[in-house]
Amino acid sequence: MTGGATRILEHVGAFSLLIGRTARETLRRRPEGSVVLDQLYQLGVLSVGIATVTALFTGMVLALQTSYSLAAYGAKFFVGDIVSLSIVRELGPVLTALMVGGRVGAGITAEVGTMNVTEQIDAIRALASSPIRKLVVPKVVAIVIMLPVLVVLSDFVGIMGGFLMAVTSLNQPGAFYMQHVIKAIHPEDILSGLGKTVVFALLIAFIACYKGLTATGGADGVGRATTETVVASSLSILISDFFLTKLFLAF
Amino acid sequence: MDAPFVRFEEVHKSFGPKKVLQGITFDIRPGETMVVLGGSGSGKSVLLRHIIGLHRPDRGRVLVEGEDIVRYDEDDLVHVRKKIGMLFQGGALFDSMNVADNVGYGLREHTDLDAGAIAAKVREKLAMVELSDVEHLMPSELSGGMRKRVALARSIAMEPRGILYDEPTTGLDPVTAGTINDLIRSMQARLSVTSVVVTHDIDSALYVGDRIAFLFEGRMLFVGTVDEARRSAEPELQRFLSGGGRVHRGA
Repeated sequence: MTGGATRILEHVGAFSLLIGRTARETLRRRPEGSVVLDQLYQLGVLSVGIATVTALFTGMVLALQTSYSLAAYGAKFFVGDIVSLSIVRELGPVLTALMVGGRVGAGITAEVGTMNVTEQIDAIRALASSPIRKLVVPKVVAIVIMLPVLVVLSDFVGIMGGFLMAVTSLNQPGAFYMQHVIKAIHPEDILSGLGKTVVFALLIAFIACYKGLTATGGADGVGRATTETVVASSLSILISDFFLTKLFLAF
Repeated sequence: MDAPFVRFEEVHKSFGPKKVLQGITFDIRPGETMVVLGGSGSGKSVLLRHIIGLHRPDRGRVLVEGEDIVRYDEDDLVHVRKKIGMLFQGGALFDSMNVADNVGYGLREHTDLDAGAIAAKVREKLAMVELSDVEHLMPSELSGGMRKRVALARSIAMEPRGILYDEPTTGLDPVTAGTINDLIRSMQARLSVTSVVVTHDIDSALYVGDRIAFLFEGRMLFVGTVDEARRSAEPELQRFLSGGGRVHRGA
């Protein structure tokens, strides 16, 4: 077997071990509440800004573009339907995960990676404690809780972005737009979006922690690991989105 | 003679193609200060980290008070790590915690002591390393020597039977290095612990050591008392004692 293939297998093995150990630690001992709360704030509350700005402008652009495209078919009254469905089923979860994933994934890898290269991770182990329990579990739990909340918020803000454009630029009455939105969205649309979000959250958290825990080579290595986290988590979100969409459409 | 505190039996360790330890066999006796001397890259830090299972040998056995710890997982190693403290080269203090939280880390993790009792213990351990009124400071506010002393206080907080020192004087000015050497001796005298000091600093080695183990390119070339080391006919050891780091090829 070539060296490259061996390395890939090693990474897959180590990544799977990290997931397994995190699951075991989470089930074995309740995560420390104060640490999880701090992570909820750091990773979730502080991401509200980028999530809502992204959603607002996406919703506004989507309204303008769909209205422009639908006008050719005389169907621009369906702007509310298309904007809301696109956001709830697809753009809300994916764009929020990409933006928040970039922000918190880079932050986690930088933090854990710096701790790794300065032997702080080893110090946790030497003090007979578990880096998985102390560092990884609170971050995974916080992201899995916060990302769906951020996506619901983004969905709402995105739809309101469309509303803003409908009212100000497309000469649609606000009530008309909202009627179409309410009629278009079904509970399963929201659920499929949130289902994806949980998978995205796990991908972001585990990739970021794994890259941090395996960072070597000082500041340079931490920088490289951080970049790799952003690239890997973004690609994994986009790729898994395709398969999850196929899966959810099958039901 | 007492059973050894730590015994290495034919320990081999490689990182990729690099053979770091090549058949290390030696004993560390209870209550002694064993200095592992060697040039940069000789494998001495790797050797030290095997004692508390931070590294696992590819071959051979590591026995701590008669227990073979080689096959132990992280859970099994907890009781071994509780009885042996480790001072890392850069201190490895947790950046996100103040001095008091760093020193009290093990106590919070492994004892039922209340906050007041932990604070008292922290003060006591800081006094042992000749520090006071620093509990509220963050690691970034400490000088290099203070970081080492706080890290030493953290490693003795659980009242271990053994202390591992990884390059305790590296990066310190001669006066501060002298203070750390005095602390190593005073820990030995006051706590009756077994100490293992990894260093390339000959003055430090001769001052703190009861016995010296000389590591050269992953092999143990000499183990004996300080006087025996001075009289040894081992050419690499004599070159090291007279010429310091020049012994390391290419250094």
